[in-house]
Amino acid sequence: MSKSNFSRRGVLKTGMVASAGLALPQYLRADAHAGFTNAPGDSEVILGFNVPQTGPYADEGADELRAYELAVEHLNGGGDGGMMPTFSSQALDGTGILGREVKYVTGDTQTKSDAARASARSMIEKDGAVMITGGSSSGVAVAVQALCQEAGIIFMAGLTHSNDTTGKDKRANGFRHFFNSYMSGAALAPVLEAAYGNNRKAYHLTADYNWGYTTQEAVQSSTEAMGWETVNTVLTPLTQTDFSSYIAPVLNSGADVLVLNHYGGNMVNSLTNAVQFGLREAQANGQNFEIVVPLYSRLMAKGAGANVKGIFGSTNWHWSLQDAGSQAFVRSFGTKYGFPPSQAAHTCYVQTLLYADAVTRAGSFNPCAVVEALEDFEFDGLGNGPTLYRGEDHQCFKDVLVVKGKENPDNEFDLLEIVEVTPAAQVTYPADHPQFAGGALGTCNPGA
Amino acid sequence: MDQFILQILNGLDKGSAYALIALGLTLIFGTLGVVNFAHGALFMLGAFVAVTVSNILTLSHKVVDETRTDFLGNPLQVDVPYLYDWFGQTAGDAIIDWAVPISIIIAIPIMVAIGFIMERGLIKHFYKRPHADQILVTFGLAIVIQEIVKYFYGANPIPTPAPEAFVGSFDFGVAFGFDPNAIIYPYWRLVYFFFSIFIIGAVFAFLQFTTFGMVVRAGMADRETVGILGIDIDKRFTIMFGIAAAVAGLAGVMYAPINSPNYHMGMDFLVLSFVVVVVGGMGSLPGAVAAGFLLGILESFASMSAVIDILPGINQIIIYLVAIIILLTRPRGLMGRKGVMEE
Repeated sequence: MSKSNFSRRGVLKTGMVASAGLALPQYLRADAHAGFTNAPGDSEVILGFNVPQTGPYADEGADELRAYELAVEHLNGGGDGGMMPTFSSQALDGTGILGREVKYVTGDTQTKSDAARASARSMIEKDGAVMITGGSSSGVAVAVQALCQEAGIIFMAGLTHSNDTTGKDKRANGFRHFFNSYMSGAALAPVLEAAYGNNRKAYHLTADYNWGYTTQEAVQSSTEAMGWETVNTVLTPLTQTDFSSYIAPVLNSGADVLVLNHYGGNMVNSLTNAVQFGLREAQANGQNFEIVVPLYSRLMAKGAGANVKGIFGSTNWHWSLQDAGSQAFVRSFGTKYGFPPSQAAHTCYVQTLLYADAVTRAGSFNPCAVVEALEDFEFDGLGNGPTLYRGEDHQCFKDVLVVKGKENPDNEFDLLEIVEVTPAAQVTYPADHPQFAGGALGTCNPGA
Repeated sequence: MDQFILQILNGLDKGSAYALIALGLTLIFGTLGVVNFAHGALFMLGAFVAVTVSNILTLSHKVVDETRTDFLGNPLQVDVPYLYDWFGQTAGDAIIDWAVPISIIIAIPIMVAIGFIMERGLIKHFYKRPHADQILVTFGLAIVIQEIVKYFYGANPIPTPAPEAFVGSFDFGVAFGFDPNAIIYPYWRLVYFFFSIFIIGAVFAFLQFTTFGMVVRAGMADRETVGILGIDIDKRFTIMFGIAAAVAGLAGVMYAPINSPNYHMGMDFLVLSFVVVVVGGMGSLPGAVAAGFLLGILESFASMSAVIDILPGINQIIIYLVAIIILLTRPRGLMGRKGVMEE
């Protein structure tokens, strides 16, 4: 004869404990034995692609997602392998990552920090993503990078150009392949000097948020160093759509160059307005008036149409590059999707390969092993020439492209022409450079 | 002095857009009593009529150019518009160049139809519901419309240039004795300003000098009495909704060359236009127009660096600051009527 020991209180207690256990974030319980968050099983590994799928950068996000899907296909042995054959590290062999099939989940950042953190958290806690990557905004990158640091997950940043991502907001678990504001200024200044001389007066219109500040600071300091004078700097609201009242006074300000520290819709509108107000045809101080857009994106340049013609800017990568890596990627992407990839797509594809390669070389998904494999890693064949992932700040140092809006484009993708490939040495700076002051990398967090 | 004139000019074209959108908003509120948060979406749809017309005019077939290659190294397929085949390249280019003015003619029936469908299909069911319900449903409708547009046209802005004849700017400075470059103003913005004056004048004339307009005004003043006289005022109000949609749409069509259209441009204008309506006085057509121009000009002045240096951030809050001051001193707005939104 058996006696039941169940009591109402006992059942409730057990239920509560079980519920609490189930409610725990996965990264706090699963695979704790492995010593790090979201250690993958033997058959598959899950990557989290956090890109803007809605909002004003949705088209850029869609291009990022295409690149990620292509990278996953190549890692799993599909397609033509893309950049894997041209990548100087030949650790990847098309059998997934460490023999595990690569699967992915996606999140929508909406280009909002809180939404991006929520989607990243969901991919980490619910889907078991071992790495988060993507994004099209520095605000989002900084926010998600901090979250990944706390969670013990590697963050491979997408398109983020603010100095702060690998400056005052750098984190040990975060890595940026994309270039930054300082590099834009350092690459642009000599080209601007050669084209427009060193006796110029610049007027800056700057988007009133973090990326705008660092870009203005970088371009201002680079151009002033070569002799340009800055006559005025004006902050414009991020939500501004019509810039006429900011642009109208420029011609009569004593300036002969307008620097538009704007990106995305801001850049499209401010550049369009500047051209409408006749700045391209105007004369000031006995010279032709000029406009400069420090950060170009082909997707955004398309929105400005013919207004980009002849206007200098910088970019991380462009599909017209002739190196073997770039050509392999363009061929692979273009064959699959029917159009060339954007710089956002390129950086996201490369980041995925770099992560997979680091895991393979380290022989472990443990974030600290990945960090060690990526720090001071030198590689080539991924489209930007010889590149260093500097250990001190987790920033990639590579060639930067100075581009100009093309006068006679052949087709809708042929909007920018490469004016100069600025060597990495010219855009390299010490890790303690004042524009990157503050913050500390800290130590890697494996989580769990 | 030149800066003063310059900012007034800037304010006038910005105010033109505010006034046109606010005019439609207040027209709908004055006739149907509906607070229409989807009105900004109508402005955006107008701009996308211009984009669509431009796309239709540039419909092309492919011709292989063996002398050039595409990004994959294959022979380049060049797009040749059908208009070139039908009218020759010169005439074809001229027609494509005038896509935006052509869109005005096409936008009127399209926008009236969209307004009619919107009113009959959805908004009429909310006439007797609280304003909060109306705001929620129309705001939801605006989001649905913009997501549909994004699905078909993408999230990036689409350049829709003005005809070549209106590209460039006019040097007012030289014309009025100031230094060259002191007062520069783009031709198309001048066109936009005069176009908006014409549309506003036409709407007022329609309401003031036609029998239809007289009945509508009577209905706005006392809907029940007009109904008792055997006049189907609802039908006329539906037509007014269509007219208000057309006004917003035309404002959007003409705005397309000023800033490249994108799916959320309506939302960018919506909140400001509501502030314009409230400042002008709910239901007051002259109030909406006056407030549109007033706030446009004030916004321009607040964007001057000399002003920002003294009052940092004023450019971001000026419109709301003025709205607060007006509502504190004149709770019904500049030209608001007693009894409107006061039940």
